[in-house]
Amino acid sequence: MNTADQYLKAIYLVEKIESEPAATGKLAERLGVSPASANEMIGKLQSRGLVDHEKYHGATLTNQGAERARESLQTYCIIERFLVQVLEVDEFRTEATQLESVIDETVAERLDTIIDRKPQCPDCFAPDEDVCALLDAAPEAAD
Amino acid sequence: MSLSHRIGSDGQLVRLLQIGVVLEEVVEARAYEHGETLSHLDRATEDLLEHAATESAKHRERLTALIDELEADSVPFDRIQPLVAERYEADDEFDDVLYDQLCSEETAYKFYDDLIAAIESSEMDFSVDHERLLTVLSEIRADEAEGVEDVTRLMETQ
Repeated sequence: MNTADQYLKAIYLVEKIESEPAATGKLAERLGVSPASANEMIGKLQSRGLVDHEKYHGATLTNQGAERARESLQTYCIIERFLVQVLEVDEFRTEATQLESVIDETVAERLDTIIDRKPQCPDCFAPDEDVCALLDAAPEAAD
Repeated sequence: MSLSHRIGSDGQLVRLLQIGVVLEEVVEARAYEHGETLSHLDRATEDLLEHAATESAKHRERLTALIDELEADSVPFDRIQPLVAERYEADDEFDDVLYDQLCSEETAYKFYDDLIAAIESSEMDFSVDHERLLTVLSEIRADEAEGVEDVTRLMETQ
């Protein structure tokens, strides 16, 4: 998943959590980057028609941006489920975040052929917990 | 490595190599399922699937050797094969079998290409010889590129 897609996913999730446009500071915090970097990327996404950004209000996904964000979230969900169901990884959220930049959606699609994923994905993703609400993972695996 | 394509530890490298092993096992298991389920495959397609399964098994062994060197466990084939069989849906067409095989080869190529790029951009000193790691992965990537060509060639004749 490339950097732009990781930003789109983060904006999608922050918008869901806050029920308002995603503030640059919140995005930077979620992605572990500086606010200046976040601001620069938001500008790029805006010029590509994926994000609307208003100063002091934050970023909102356009329809096209939201569609890509949902695809990226689905890729992330596949990685999380693969780590839990196939590799039995306890720290699956941390590892999924680490792996998402290296795992392309075509690779995720292949991994998807051996996992059990619900048809409503990615609507079952719980943004606050950063995990699919329907994922059957051990409670101690949560951070 | 949140927003970059770098790998920051032996653990992350192991995890990616394990994913490589699983991708190879999926190819091997799906080739087996195609052969078992579809009774009317032509000779050329059967040969291609057999070659793909044999090659995947070799790739798996090479990746497992790297994982062993990093003192971690690989992913046993008998854990992946039932998962593939459980969700395998055969479509009774040559084209679909070949298309599936093409997807496998292209996906594997993309995976190794991204993995090599991530290792090359990493400043980490892994507990496995850096040059050998890249040589093994580059050779496997070259096999996958050849595999894409082989399937494409066969698709054109059918």
